[in-house]
Amino acid sequence: MKITGGDAILRSLEAEGVDVMFGIPGGAIMPTYDAMARGTTVRHVLARHEQGAGHMAQGYARASGRVGVAIATSGPGATNLVTPIADAWMDSTPLVCITGQVRSTLIGTDAFQECDITGITMPIVKHSWLVQDAREIGEVLAAAFHVARTGRCGPVLVDVPRDLQEALVDFSYPQQVDLPGWRPPAKVHPLQIREAARAIAHARKPVLYVGGGTLNGNACEELRTLAEAGSLPVITTLMGKSAFPENHELHFGWPGMHGAKWSNLAMNTCDVLVAIGSRFDDRVTGKLSAFAPGATVVHLDVDPAEISKLREADIPVVGPLAMAVAALGEEVARHRAEGVAAPTAWLDQIRAWREEFPLRYGTGGEWLKPQRVVETLQALTADEDVIVTTGVGQHQMWAMQYVQSIRPRSFITSGGLGTMGYGIPAAIGAKAARPEATVVCVDGDGCFQMTAQELTTAVLDDLPIVVVLVNNGYLGMVTQWQDMFFDGRRSHVHLTTQVPDYAKLAEAYGGVGMVVESEAELEPALSEALTLGRTVVVDCRVDPAEHCFPMIPAGAAALDMIEYSEAVEEAKAS
Amino acid sequence: MKHTLSVIVEDRPGALTRITTMFARRGFNIESLAVGPTERAGVSCITLRVDCTQHSLEQIEKQIHKLVNVLRVTELVGGEAVERELLLVRVTAAPERRAELVTTAEALGGRLLDVGPDSVVLELTGTPEEVDAFHELCRPYGVVDLVRTGRIGVPRASAKRKAPRRLAAIN
Repeated sequence: MKITGGDAILRSLEAEGVDVMFGIPGGAIMPTYDAMARGTTVRHVLARHEQGAGHMAQGYARASGRVGVAIATSGPGATNLVTPIADAWMDSTPLVCITGQVRSTLIGTDAFQECDITGITMPIVKHSWLVQDAREIGEVLAAAFHVARTGRCGPVLVDVPRDLQEALVDFSYPQQVDLPGWRPPAKVHPLQIREAARAIAHARKPVLYVGGGTLNGNACEELRTLAEAGSLPVITTLMGKSAFPENHELHFGWPGMHGAKWSNLAMNTCDVLVAIGSRFDDRVTGKLSAFAPGATVVHLDVDPAEISKLREADIPVVGPLAMAVAALGEEVARHRAEGVAAPTAWLDQIRAWREEFPLRYGTGGEWLKPQRVVETLQALTADEDVIVTTGVGQHQMWAMQYVQSIRPRSFITSGGLGTMGYGIPAAIGAKAARPEATVVCVDGDGCFQMTAQELTTAVLDDLPIVVVLVNNGYLGMVTQWQDMFFDGRRSHVHLTTQVPDYAKLAEAYGGVGMVVESEAELEPALSEALTLGRTVVVDCRVDPAEHCFPMIPAGAAALDMIEYSEAVEEAKAS
Repeated sequence: MKHTLSVIVEDRPGALTRITTMFARRGFNIESLAVGPTERAGVSCITLRVDCTQHSLEQIEKQIHKLVNVLRVTELVGGEAVERELLLVRVTAAPERRAELVTTAEALGGRLLDVGPDSVVLELTGTPEEVDAFHELCRPYGVVDLVRTGRIGVPRASAKRKAPRRLAAIN
């Protein structure tokens, strides 16, 4: 029996086991939406902006470990997906974006809502397809899902001209894909594992530098086994946060620009640095030439191109991380069983640093402190099944510092691209993936205004989220940089705390709005918000002068970090 | 240092663009580029000449290899590969100087393809160095048009050749 191309797209998604897709219809994708009206088992969540749909699909993917699906029309619909695609590319989020394209006879004629989206996205996708024949739809989508989730995860794009969505085709979904050029590493070299294990087991000052690849590679259990077998300290990056339980005695914070001082001290004075699914990002290393000087680098990654890209790897291990880390765990355990001593003095040293240089912030004065907002949220959700998403900026860094992530995939943020506005739609996507979890978006007031319209989606599609708005009335991180590096010249960063009225806006979107102006109001408001089971915005008016510390200035060596100091705080206040 | 890369790709729309986009995006410069079919239907060979450090070359190879349409990436190492380039040149040649030009060109392996009232078209296939020398030879006569294909190459058939250098990690 013949079906339309649009139906073929839906049958393909069903065959892939997709349970939800995020999108908005428009001219060139209408035949596929018409097929949805005829019936599909795939739930469609109607976003209010394609960027929102894309970030929802990302939040879904990060929370579930499955491929996220976003769908949009041609032209502006497709270009609005560019930011989520770039974000997914930087953070290796598996994403399939399906876009409508103008009729194949109109391609190249500058037709209404035509744009070359495969061309535009070429540098930021793993691969893309402009479907040329409706009979290829099943084959292309099977390949798209396969490429998105195998090897290093990432985004792919499938552009389908409108006439192909209308064409009648015999449909079958291929059992396997035929991609002779796509052969991601499938095994690990045992010799490299042995060499790596020997270096790690004999290290006096080892550190596991764990990135987002550990989550993408489903290697969290294996990581824990490795760390425990070797008594190895674990430091998780922003993207690696939640890959290792942060209440575990072997977890020692986060590296980089706003990481903890004890974490950066450990990373930069270790003798064996074991990078696991991490990529020596400049926000982690600071000045690269001064980063972890003298350390032997063991680098585990499924993407060979990450090995020695920025820091020469002494012992490279290429392969699927679950496999590599498990093998490493066994080998390290064997060394320990044979009597190679665990680095107990080193662990004591890092603990001592943690005691000596804890995260600090001023608590004097009238203002509610943003750090206190996140700490209170953490205290209220400590034993709950909670997923935290964030926007980008100061609040994101405070969330990194003060949210304690226990379960894998419970902290979802935009790390590589640093996309403001990521938090709300990502939270909605996470809620769609894990409806039983409480999903909280720690957001800034700047970020909030970039994607706030998706609160509508949260309310109407019954995907309730709690937005904890760290509202300082400023583009906070830019303000901090202007204060610290531009002689305090504040240039176009003042947003005001009152306009818009965030609580009223939440109500207007059909949610619940709350305002918190003092520490006394904070806990009652947050605990109510968390128990309502509705979409809530808690507008927390926080100290606009608060800076995020510690901080490694861009391009500086990691150990030249600026710490919070009371003297600076007092000078600011006077 | 200059390197020649031979990239075997599936002949699909955008395959070449994906490679050149990768070069542009990561700030690598392509010195010459030649594309053509191979012995296998549906498979093309892209020969790239790049001037970069060994570290960059490894990055380039690994990044190219990740592209879905790319089947194989090999570096053609000097001495272990045969490399050729084609040059077509139109040279000013008044009748009284024409004989001298053509004789010299033919001595270097060039061929006369076309003759006009005041210019001639010559062809040379040779190693990139020979092509450079031929270009120099023509220059004093007055070069009107000149095109070069960019080099192409294959590993040598003769013995003692090491296996084409490929990154163990990726192939």
